[in-house]
Amino acid sequence: MTRDPHSDPKRPTLSRRTFLAGAGGVAASGALGAHLEAAGAEGAQPEPAILRGTVEITLTVNGRARTLQVEPRTTLLSALRDRLELCGTKSVCERGNCGACTVLLDGEPANACLTLAVSAVGRAVTTVEGLGDEGGLSVVQEELCTHDGLMCGFCTPGFAMSLTAVLARDPEASLDRIREGCAGNLCRCGTYPHVFQAGLEAARRLRGGR
Amino acid sequence: MADLPDPPQSAATRVVGARPVRPDGAAKADGSAAYVDDLAIEGLWHGATLRSERPRARFAVDTSALAGSGVVCLTAADVPGRNRIALIADDWPVLADGETNHVGEALALVAAPSRAAAFAALGELRVTYEDLPAEVDLDAALAGSARELAACAVDHGDVEAGLSAAAHVVEATYETAHQEHAYIEPQGMIALPGPDSAVEVVGSLQCPYYVHHALVSLLGCEPDAVRVRQAVTGGGFGGKEDYPDLIAAHAVLLAARAGRPVKLVYDRREDMLATTRRHPSRVRHRTGVDAEGKLVAVDIDVLLDGGAYTTLSPVVLSRAVLHAAGPYACPNVRIRGRVLATHTATNGAFRGFGAPQTQFAAERQMDRVARVLGLDPLAIRERNAYRPGDVTPTGQVLDESASALQCLAEAERRTGFRARWQALEAERSRALDDGRPRAGIGLSLCWHGVGFTGNGERRMESPVAVRLERGGRLAVLAASTDIGQGTETVLAQIAAEAAGVPFEAVEVAPPDTALVPDSGPTVASRTVMVVGGILERAAGELARRVREGAPGLPFAAAGDAWLAEHGPLEVVERYADDGTEFDEETYRGVAYAVHGWGADVVEASVDPDTLIARTERATLVCDVGKVIHPLLCAGQVEGGSLQAFGWGHLEAARVTGGRLEQGSFSTYTIPTTLDAPAMETVLLEHPGGSGPRGAKGVGEIPMDGGAPALAAAIENAVGIAATRIPATPEVLFEAREAGDDDG
Ligand code: FES
Ligand code: FES
Repeated sequence: MTRDPHSDPKRPTLSRRTFLAGAGGVAASGALGAHLEAAGAEGAQPEPAILRGTVEITLTVNGRARTLQVEPRTTLLSALRDRLELCGTKSVCERGNCGACTVLLDGEPANACLTLAVSAVGRAVTTVEGLGDEGGLSVVQEELCTHDGLMCGFCTPGFAMSLTAVLARDPEASLDRIREGCAGNLCRCGTYPHVFQAGLEAARRLRGGR
Repeated sequence: MADLPDPPQSAATRVVGARPVRPDGAAKADGSAAYVDDLAIEGLWHGATLRSERPRARFAVDTSALAGSGVVCLTAADVPGRNRIALIADDWPVLADGETNHVGEALALVAAPSRAAAFAALGELRVTYEDLPAEVDLDAALAGSARELAACAVDHGDVEAGLSAAAHVVEATYETAHQEHAYIEPQGMIALPGPDSAVEVVGSLQCPYYVHHALVSLLGCEPDAVRVRQAVTGGGFGGKEDYPDLIAAHAVLLAARAGRPVKLVYDRREDMLATTRRHPSRVRHRTGVDAEGKLVAVDIDVLLDGGAYTTLSPVVLSRAVLHAAGPYACPNVRIRGRVLATHTATNGAFRGFGAPQTQFAAERQMDRVARVLGLDPLAIRERNAYRPGDVTPTGQVLDESASALQCLAEAERRTGFRARWQALEAERSRALDDGRPRAGIGLSLCWHGVGFTGNGERRMESPVAVRLERGGRLAVLAASTDIGQGTETVLAQIAAEAAGVPFEAVEVAPPDTALVPDSGPTVASRTVMVVGGILERAAGELARRVREGAPGLPFAAAGDAWLAEHGPLEVVERYADDGTEFDEETYRGVAYAVHGWGADVVEASVDPDTLIARTERATLVCDVGKVIHPLLCAGQVEGGSLQAFGWGHLEAARVTGGRLEQGSFSTYTIPTTLDAPAMETVLLEHPGGSGPRGAKGVGEIPMDGGAPALAAAIENAVGIAATRIPATPEVLFEAREAGDDDG
């Protein structure tokens, strides 16, 4: 662990975006990697009895069938984040207040924190990771960037989902329609005006008005 | 790495003032940005915190049920050294030791292989309390023997003589309540123990070197043994300035005992219960004016509720006091400020840092004085607002960038405030009892000192470094964090502009204490002006050396030639002392290098029966010196104003028995898309100070003016003076019943 970036051959690349990309980013930092492996090899402690008892389900997430073990009480939010490693869907309030966990179920917006994973079986689940394609971001996501409809970004996946749902339902969506469609999404940074602009511009583009 | 073309040297390619898409945007939009709770780390355990249920009590924790379970459990006895977080006063325990001073205080910690197991383990702990008398609000603190956490005073001229010579003396008291930061990402931290007792933490934080300092002091180790890294951070607003010191200490102690990485991530209820909030305030004004409405004397008492421990209260008070007289010239000023301890969660840094509280009082008082004199709110402000060359209560002479009058003029030009206010006043006096919502319009004028108060910047002498990379690229090395406000983007713009390279050629290093120098905390609206100003010099100097080394070559080729010939090139610049002075004992001298200025006009509607207020339109005029990025800058103004509106009328925070009643977003209601008014942001440029091209910072001033302008609009609509915020229907009803209205 050195203070001199020049003498550390493994120092992370100079990017605020990639340096923490999951386990690789942290484990690669100096001598810590070896320690982490050793710790992992000891194996986990047994969980209390109340937490045992799981069922196997198959969810269709972003077009892919994913089979996983969940408890009956596991929320869709937990299944996505903790089991499927889809961490774009955020956990903020876990009681339906904030919309940061918004996903689409058969195209309709839903709070993943209030949805049981087992109840999503047989429905098409779309998360923020599934909005774009190989070409990159979806139109809604692009416009959120262009209009700076994101600051800290923690609410952004939820807004991207809500906007996508609004525009799918109403390609002519007005400002008021967009405002209502995002009324369940909280943003403390105050991006609302920029999100509205992004929504209106995305609607225009999706209607073919480039 | 591809060579980048040299930019044509025309004004059209200027980077400052352009609107490049923020480089961190795409990862936030597609969900791949890695916040602390998104990091997958092998062998990670999960921590949980046992919290006090009592505002003040002796307590004992029985941990015997966990014996032999494998779960790690720590109490105060396990904290090394003095069991204190190293901050200003050293009174903030890492874990409460035998006596708790607020509901939600950490009494013990556990760590287990899963989050569920950690919470199950918490349930096994038994706490016994022996209650002690508690002072849970300012009334109780004043009546009891509360600790004074800080005090300061400003004296200018002869206040008593001024008051006795005044044509009118107007006296009133104003109050503001707690405000919860409500950053959407809750607090979170991961500690990873390294070899030889070294430790690394990564988390959601604003000030990596604050955390670094606290951990080095806690562990009594060499600075190199602690590494602090910021994960992508989901909002801070000051809430991740002081509190991360504590949560990092907890995570580090758990990780050391467990011998493996441990994560602590709060849930919403816990975050609201236990972490810092905005200081509640009670501010009394005695204002003397002459017959024309010129201020002749102001006498102000500022009282803040500090919560249980000192944390940053002395600095918050200092800023509160220095802004308490508002942006108005007055020959005789006396301001007394005190922070009293209460047995509630510690209050700490929050956007504006005390200035919003005292400027709420100052602005409402100006409206009250205007009413006494029969003036409109614009007239009294025009008459008294600071001009360049005016002297503040500390004796500071204001520079040419003091733009209060321009802000007022622009606000009037955009809104026709005066005529509209007068029309609505007249309408109210003949309003029918028809139950229809009443319209109101309100105005505020504010100032905000940029950077640290007094000698703070001089003391720190912050360094910022720029390093030449291959292909003409530059790396910016600074500890300033991006918590959403766009630090990474604007620092890259400033460096690119100063060096004459394209925006894309600049990368801003991640805030990691192993990589970047301590360029100071990301607070006090100082990032653009102070850090940006130093960066501008460093980048300019680096580019000068490279270009001089190989005249005529494109920058990329010249850079590569330099690296080949001389090896690495890194230019470090430090804060340059501007030669001014501030006496921290007498509060005389230059309190702030420069000020931002702003005027807000808010149009509201109020239901006369339910007294529910809505903000309909807001015109936000803000002098930021120089706009670095128009979109990001407007976002700061809008976002700060929305928080001010929420504080002004929506965010009810009631503390009962020392416990905040609101523990979720369904009871603590922050503005939604439906509450946000239509906002028109007007950015003025009156450059001043040492910032890049005269940029003066924009992070906090938007928090100052929104609440008083909204309260004024409510008064204009329904005639209730709104001296207390949040002006919820209940608060307005009580004010009306108490007869505090002007019909
Ligand atoms: S986390 Fe689901 S609505 Fe907040
Ligand atoms: S961008 Fe920070 S909460 Fe919305």
